[in-house]
Amino acid sequence: MKTLKDLKPKESGKIAVVKTTGPIKRRLMDMGVVRGTEVYVEKVAPLGDPIEVKIKGYNLTLRKSEAEKIIME
Amino acid sequence: MSKSITIALAGNPNSGKTTLFNAFTGARHSVGNWAGVTVERKEGKIEHNNEQINIVDLPGTYSLSPYSLEEVVARNYIVDESPDVVLNIVDASNIERNLYLSTQLIELGKPVVIALNMMDVAEKKGHKIDCKKLSELLGVPVVPVIAAQKKGIQELLNTILEVAKGKISCTPSDVDYGKEIEVKIKETIEVLKDNIHAHKFNLRWLALKVLEEDEVILKTIKVDLSKLQLQEQIAVTSEIALKDDLGSMIVSRKYTHIAKIISKAIKKPKVAGLSTSDKVDKILINRWLGLPIFAALMYMVFGFTFNIGNIFLDLIDGSFAALGEMVGASLEAAGTAEWLNSLIVDGIISGIGGVLTFVPNIAFLFIALGILEDSGYMARVAFIMDRAMRRVGLSGKAFIPMLMGFGCSVPAVMGTRTLEEESDRLTTILVTPFMSCGARLPIYILFAGVFFPGKEGVVVYSLYMLGILVAVLAALTFKKTLFKGEEVPFIMELPPYRMPTIRGTGLHVWEKVKGYILKAGTVIFAASLIIWFLLGFNLSGVSEMPQSIGASIGKVFAPIFTPLGFGNWQATLALITGLLAKEAVVSSMAVIYGLGETVGSAAVDGDVVGFISTLKTSGFTQLSAYAFMVFTLLYTPCIAVVAVIKRETNSWRWAGFSMVYQFVVAWVVALLVYQVGGLLGF
Repeated sequence: MKTLKDLKPKESGKIAVVKTTGPIKRRLMDMGVVRGTEVYVEKVAPLGDPIEVKIKGYNLTLRKSEAEKIIME
Repeated sequence: MSKSITIALAGNPNSGKTTLFNAFTGARHSVGNWAGVTVERKEGKIEHNNEQINIVDLPGTYSLSPYSLEEVVARNYIVDESPDVVLNIVDASNIERNLYLSTQLIELGKPVVIALNMMDVAEKKGHKIDCKKLSELLGVPVVPVIAAQKKGIQELLNTILEVAKGKISCTPSDVDYGKEIEVKIKETIEVLKDNIHAHKFNLRWLALKVLEEDEVILKTIKVDLSKLQLQEQIAVTSEIALKDDLGSMIVSRKYTHIAKIISKAIKKPKVAGLSTSDKVDKILINRWLGLPIFAALMYMVFGFTFNIGNIFLDLIDGSFAALGEMVGASLEAAGTAEWLNSLIVDGIISGIGGVLTFVPNIAFLFIALGILEDSGYMARVAFIMDRAMRRVGLSGKAFIPMLMGFGCSVPAVMGTRTLEEESDRLTTILVTPFMSCGARLPIYILFAGVFFPGKEGVVVYSLYMLGILVAVLAALTFKKTLFKGEEVPFIMELPPYRMPTIRGTGLHVWEKVKGYILKAGTVIFAASLIIWFLLGFNLSGVSEMPQSIGASIGKVFAPIFTPLGFGNWQATLALITGLLAKEAVVSSMAVIYGLGETVGSAAVDGDVVGFISTLKTSGFTQLSAYAFMVFTLLYTPCIAVVAVIKRETNSWRWAGFSMVYQFVVAWVVALLVYQVGGLLGF
């Protein structure tokens, strides 16, 4: 199962499902991290975490622990 | 004139909401907090076409889910206060995510007007937006504006007035949630129809919230989900048939709805080029260059703040000293009573001077930080520092306030506003005062100079490190005890870089500086008067300092400090005056140990021979002097910080807590230093 965490910078993919619950899931969905959305990984922070992605035309940053819960197609 | 019209301004963070609000009201608005919470509330009154318009600035949010304070505040305001018009500002250059909030606002069932901001930026990106089409598809008026250039503001106000008076009727289009969900919505509406608590809500919206299992709403309408017969069917439909929960499905459908609208109303270039912002980020938050650039920028911020700020600081300090002397001399010449003379010169003038001397530092710090904030770099700082801060249980956003703590805890505590999560914010507020602020430096310089000649650098450095260490340990402790289990997500937008405007940043800075002068100012001023009184009087009237009430108080509390090695009334009283402002510890000691007039500055400037020799024979040893410095580093923050903690947490409890726990921490650490140091033979 490939997750958003597995994507390298400059790689992109489509979200299959967001596998988390509660406020974190809600927050992710509110920010446009929903099924079927295209995500492009922009870069990794200098200290190795978090990552920056491009989604729905804007730049979003999230931790790898959160990216791990986002399953890609 | 008819009764005034109320509009609520809602929008995403970084959509230009503040800019639009300022374009409407100028600087004429009131700033406060929403009842019971620490979320800032701004309100302004304007007149347009002879109509009074009251604008309420709702907190910037991405959504109206009940998961953050801001979202609940915004939603409750619209539902409970029922504004005449909800003005939704939408960033045209980032329209897809922005419209997500719009669909939620429209679903609430109140009249909505959309201000489509940053049309120029969207155009530069090559997006062609058909506003008429967009308005048709959404079913609400859409007015293009460029808030930063005040373009389209008049048209926007005209539209708002017409909507408020019912001249333009809105027929918002419903989001199509698909057959399965729509059936559920209808069923739920049937169940809710007779609910007596449901009358103020739009039923379709309410049904959606029930299906999303929104706890806040369920509580308000007193519906127990398990008693609602829908429950079982929901579970079946969502988990098995749709392979996702209903809440996610609803969000997905909203985004599908938005995608449809956008495909019809907006033409985008096929291949999106790299935006300017992305190009800048390639360097600024580069994997290798990111950290050095960040370090350099922080160094510049502090250089700017303290070098330039200090020029003004000396100027203000000097002019108040001169003013005091002048007024004192003329009062003496006029034959005023000595106590009144002293009250005016030592109490009022030096009190006000004491407050104002910090204004330049605070103003310059806020100018520097305001530029970083408004340009969008601050979000990148959080991005760069998150991993390191996470080790301590804090988010990357807490880094800036803690760094600011090295300057002054007052703006640092104010700077925690950028932290959205309450537990994160409180932890940061509570540990920030451990970062050794500028006012504590004179104490170290004096004591290290007297008791550790030749090793001053090491001693001062060790104190800064100790402050950081204690802050880290305290943050970890709070996260493991008081705010246990609250996992704070780090999901944040990196907004495009924008050129900060003098007007925008200026207003921002002015608001903060004004707040400091007013709030902290009144407290510091009052406290100055009290200290002056305590040191100059005893129960039988004017007295010399050793017989004053202050000295008596010092003697009462001195035993507390005996186990720490400095249980004399002089040190105790100096520490008490340090509650007023930490640098007062030095000036009080100078006064107490009998240097006379040119106190604090002389102690620092080096004209201190007499002072030093008294201090040397005052009973302090190397070890107790170090314990004393440790104590001053860690103990109860000065009154200005306590006042600002009260304001920022909206609670005397937290302010009181920080006073007590810091005192305890300081006492324990200083005790360890003195006792263990003694055992080791120092």
